[in-house]
Amino acid sequence: MAKNTTTLEIKNLAVSVGSSQILNDVTLTIKSGEVHAVMGPNGAGKSTLSAALMGKPGYVVTGGSVKLDGIDMLALPTWQRATAGLHLIMQYPTEIPGVMLQDAMSAALDARERDTSNLRSLIATEAKRISFDTELVDRAVNVDFSGGEKKRNETVQLAVLQPKIAILDELDSGLDIDALRDCAQRVEDATREMNLGVLVITHYSRLFEQLKPDFVHILTNGRIVKSAGPELADELEVTGYAAYSDK
Amino acid sequence: MSTLALPTVDEEIWRYSRIGELDLASFKPGKLSTKIDASSAAQQSVSSSTSVLAREATDIFEDLNAQHAQVTAITTAKNQVVAEPIVITHSLDESGVVAYSRLVVEANENSEVTIVERFVSSKNAKSLIVPVVDVRAAQSARVTYVAINELGASTWQIGYQQAVGQRDSTMQMYTVALGGDYARMRAEVRLEGQGASAQQVALYFADEDQMHDFRTLQDHAAPRTHSNLLFKGAVKDSAKSVYTGLIRIRENATKSEAFQTNRNLTLSNGAWAESVPNLEIETNDVKCSHASTVGPIDEEQRFYLESRGIRPEIAERLVVLGFFDEVLNRLPALPFVGVLRERVSTKLLGTKS
Repeated sequence: MAKNTTTLEIKNLAVSVGSSQILNDVTLTIKSGEVHAVMGPNGAGKSTLSAALMGKPGYVVTGGSVKLDGIDMLALPTWQRATAGLHLIMQYPTEIPGVMLQDAMSAALDARERDTSNLRSLIATEAKRISFDTELVDRAVNVDFSGGEKKRNETVQLAVLQPKIAILDELDSGLDIDALRDCAQRVEDATREMNLGVLVITHYSRLFEQLKPDFVHILTNGRIVKSAGPELADELEVTGYAAYSDK
Repeated sequence: MSTLALPTVDEEIWRYSRIGELDLASFKPGKLSTKIDASSAAQQSVSSSTSVLAREATDIFEDLNAQHAQVTAITTAKNQVVAEPIVITHSLDESGVVAYSRLVVEANENSEVTIVERFVSSKNAKSLIVPVVDVRAAQSARVTYVAINELGASTWQIGYQQAVGQRDSTMQMYTVALGGDYARMRAEVRLEGQGASAQQVALYFADEDQMHDFRTLQDHAAPRTHSNLLFKGAVKDSAKSVYTGLIRIRENATKSEAFQTNRNLTLSNGAWAESVPNLEIETNDVKCSHASTVGPIDEEQRFYLESRGIRPEIAERLVVLGFFDEVLNRLPALPFVGVLRERVSTKLLGTKS
């Protein structure tokens, strides 16, 4: 299983948005097959972390480094970070009027120089696997999708593109229990089937029933203030973030 | 000759236009070569009778058109359904000429017809064409008209469309404008009979030094009339576009609905688009809305696609084609739609034909 081990190394990452310094010092190392949960209260900088890793315009890295198997991700444009093996599942997936999933995935596979001849059946298989309505495959990406449909769609794309490291930004927001279970289970399966490394960014621990974290990190005020095993999530469930906010 | 003077940009309806560059006297009269494709059943509806010209010219171009136009008249009989679309192609290869075309569609009661009118010119034809289209839909008639501008990059167009609908008629007026140097179209629908409805849909895409100029009017002159307008355009390189649209609801047009949407993408820093929507409502108890946007490709959409590993230029192409698909998908399902999608795609990639 650990044959092709990939490492995402985030060191002392600092990020500002506009005139605000949001992340001060984030250090994390994620390896293939591992699930790391970054948990924190609202405003801790969780979504900023995912946006900065993927190079979203407006998020300015002011310090630190991000390397995927030694390759400097911060020097690459967004699309090349993705083809290098990073994948972001967005908290609020954008609606793209007039662009079909099939066409978007075809362009994404082209950029990876991967074969697209069996794409339609691959999408159909993955859609079926997480109960994503196959009719939606032929509609514009995310347009008029429910919250649950959007996240299932995001998960189908992850399975089709087969990244090395997935970043899940608040996967559980805006979706029903069934969709959450299906999506989280699919990512958990990918950690075994594809040796996927996962960075789960979340406020709540409810998705951990399917997607089991190996490590839990607490992010407050733009810093990782504590890292431990999965038992930390159970503790947070009881005590909340208050105890860590002052550190 | 016309007794009317050339308009100037000081007139509101010619504001932003390139009319000041036009030296009408430098053009000699010319002819379009016109080809009509119609099934044999539809042939009998087509004539070149000039007795159909009825309305008053609003300016010098319409006046000259009334005097000089090559007329195509399409008349449907009561209850006649013309199954196959009638396709008219006008082409012009000469430079230095002005040519006038006139299409008159007289759809009688409860009849149905679809007409596609294409305008083509060679790349170097420095000429002016003045097309005028009159659509008259009688009670419960259904008319679909598609204008396709595939003019060469040196040709000017100053065009007029007027569609008048009687009781419970349905008119669908489509425009696809890809060509021309300066290509202008004044497109009006007038709903004169109760329950008449009209749809106006356009796609326009200008690159290099092209300019597209649209003036629309949705004129509601009877109760329970319905109009819906969707104009989507893009400008690239140093191209320009203008959209100004007016919804007029007259005093007697109670319980009418009118919608107007104009969206523009500016794909280059040097490109320019203007959108001016207007409402003129003289009665209560109506439902109206207008929306207009001008701007570059949505950053969030671009980021989303790039975050899947799609190259930036491909992401941009997907978003723009997606933007235009809303219009292309509404066009009647005819073979040329796929060709137009290809043309848009080619233009986007900057490959000169």
